[in-house]
Amino acid sequence: MSTKAKGRTATSPVVITANRLIDGQVVWLGTGNAWMESLLQARVVAGDAAAEALAAGQAAERAQQVVGVYAADVALTPQGVRALSQKERIRAGGPSTVTPLAQAA
Amino acid sequence: MPEAPFLRPPQHARTYRYDAVDREFLAERIAEFRGQVQRRLAGALTEDEFKPLRLMNGLYLQLHAYMLRVAIPYGVLNATQLRQLAYIARRWDRGWGHFTTRQNIQFNWTKLVDTPEMLEALAAVDMHAIQTSGNCIRNTTTDEFAGAAPDEVADPRVYAEILRQWSSLHPEFTWLPRKFKIAVRGAEEDRIASRTHDVAVQLKRDAAGEVGFTIHVGGGMGRTPILAQPIFDFVPEAEFLRTMEAILRVYNALGQRENIYRARIKILVRDLGRDGFLELVNAELARMPVEPYRLAPEIVQAISAHFAPPPFAPADGAAAALERATAADAEFADWVRLNTRPHRQPGYASAVISLKPVGGIPGDATAEQMEAVAELAERFGFGELRVSHTQNLVLPHVHQKHLHALWQGLRAAGLGTANFGQGTDIIACPGLDYCALANARSIPISQQISERVDALDRAFALGELQIKISGCINACGHHHVAHIGILGVDKHGAEAYQITLGGAPGNDAAIGELIGPSFSYDDVAGAVETILRTHIAQRLPGERFLDTYRRIGQAPFKEALYAAA
Repeated sequence: MSTKAKGRTATSPVVITANRLIDGQVVWLGTGNAWMESLLQARVVAGDAAAEALAAGQAAERAQQVVGVYAADVALTPQGVRALSQKERIRAGGPSTVTPLAQAA
Repeated sequence: MPEAPFLRPPQHARTYRYDAVDREFLAERIAEFRGQVQRRLAGALTEDEFKPLRLMNGLYLQLHAYMLRVAIPYGVLNATQLRQLAYIARRWDRGWGHFTTRQNIQFNWTKLVDTPEMLEALAAVDMHAIQTSGNCIRNTTTDEFAGAAPDEVADPRVYAEILRQWSSLHPEFTWLPRKFKIAVRGAEEDRIASRTHDVAVQLKRDAAGEVGFTIHVGGGMGRTPILAQPIFDFVPEAEFLRTMEAILRVYNALGQRENIYRARIKILVRDLGRDGFLELVNAELARMPVEPYRLAPEIVQAISAHFAPPPFAPADGAAAALERATAADAEFADWVRLNTRPHRQPGYASAVISLKPVGGIPGDATAEQMEAVAELAERFGFGELRVSHTQNLVLPHVHQKHLHALWQGLRAAGLGTANFGQGTDIIACPGLDYCALANARSIPISQQISERVDALDRAFALGELQIKISGCINACGHHHVAHIGILGVDKHGAEAYQITLGGAPGNDAAIGELIGPSFSYDDVAGAVETILRTHIAQRLPGERFLDTYRRIGQAPFKEALYAAA
């Protein structure tokens, strides 16, 4: 599985992402194939390196560390890596609304 | 009459209380799931193997975490149960819960490892999450004013509970072609969007006063919205379960399992035609023995005892006192006018607790709010509560002399909004902010619309208005049957929103009509305001939006929305 934004190619930069098995936390594959809790700590890959990273992620899924591994499109900006789809931005940043706790406060 | 001890309720229970067998079963089921979770975490079960097991226990994997969907049978719960939901929200989630259009509650930040403990906490108050997912018979929904409404001919909770017991772990219907949703109502007025369900049951009485059932079948929303059609006018009470069993058998045998988009009973009924489907049900009934399926009156009576009326107090001049209180306080008068409903017991009313503060998140309640409502329910409502399909809470039995104190308590908890059935009482699914299936956000759109509608309402008194938002075509937000329906779609990788007009969920049920091309995330709230301003300009005295739309049709709205483009 992968998410590809319109106009993206096989050589476009991606990150490998999944949900952590034990708690469902969104995670991204970082350096040393460690799963990180921030998109900013994700390893950005493209082309053959993306295929290798995806394979590493899938191996982690088979090892029951994570669930639902896929490659998600990103862009490299002066501020750092940015998810291209709204869904991935929400996965990275959390819900776009204030929480009910803040609302009730 | 032979007594069935396992059905004997405690005094003034008014919610169905589990017996020892129920509790033992739940304990065993949780132990089984605990073992499955442990095996999953240890790597002995793959996700493919585990997924159907967790779904059977109401556990989804969403965008940010697992999500536990807890069944609130036919939307009925008591104060103790609501306090426990608050405890669960605080102990294992992030301090709030989300009430859904299926009269359930969802916890959106669940950890897999915590789930068995959460289920144990639920079981401690006779609750569970079984059959809140999967291709089985889901939580039966009913009228939030059941047992209180003056127009009720019989109590739908009784038959919803009978359906719950019949459908729970029914061996033949655990693996249906798709999920299956039943709604039961006891009044002529349809307050539960009956015809959007796979099966809709309406209680009636014949000339002799005996209860029977009008049954509609084949309704549903999703990508193919269809309103259920009548197949039986009056099924006698004794034949109720046999008839339901026959309907389910025909669907189970012939539903299109190979195509998820054609697997619901609505497609089968549409393809066979109402008469063709009915013929098959009748053929199945002819093959079935009568006696094993007979719904015995003593069973109905025993279950009815669980829903005995509370010990009402005399009216004691409450109506006059309420009139004086509303005359003295305009805000309170607004809340009474909009958020209370008549009660069959003199001196009483049903009170709707809006979970739709202007600009807020539809259906969300914090743990503190749940606890506040539980306390108010105990002080003023016999500890009894309901969850409505409109994502609000209800205290069904409140003495009119207590309404002012209740309202003050609700206001202190941020729950005093007077908007039931109004434009800011928006139904919205969790959308792309939480849901793995969604294409677009629902919550922030509902918040933007809520603020615009509130401003318009204050200036122009919009009256009854139903706005409903779904973040994808699965239509959890009921947008198809909204006066103004909004559907989030993915348009070339961007969130876009289609608008439908003229839908309705009740006795005049209708599927909304698409008005035209979709709107962007930034433009959709403005589009809704344009629609409402067109209504305001065109309406006749006393007309609701729906009335105006039905009178003048799409054209003026379309012109207002798209003429400048």
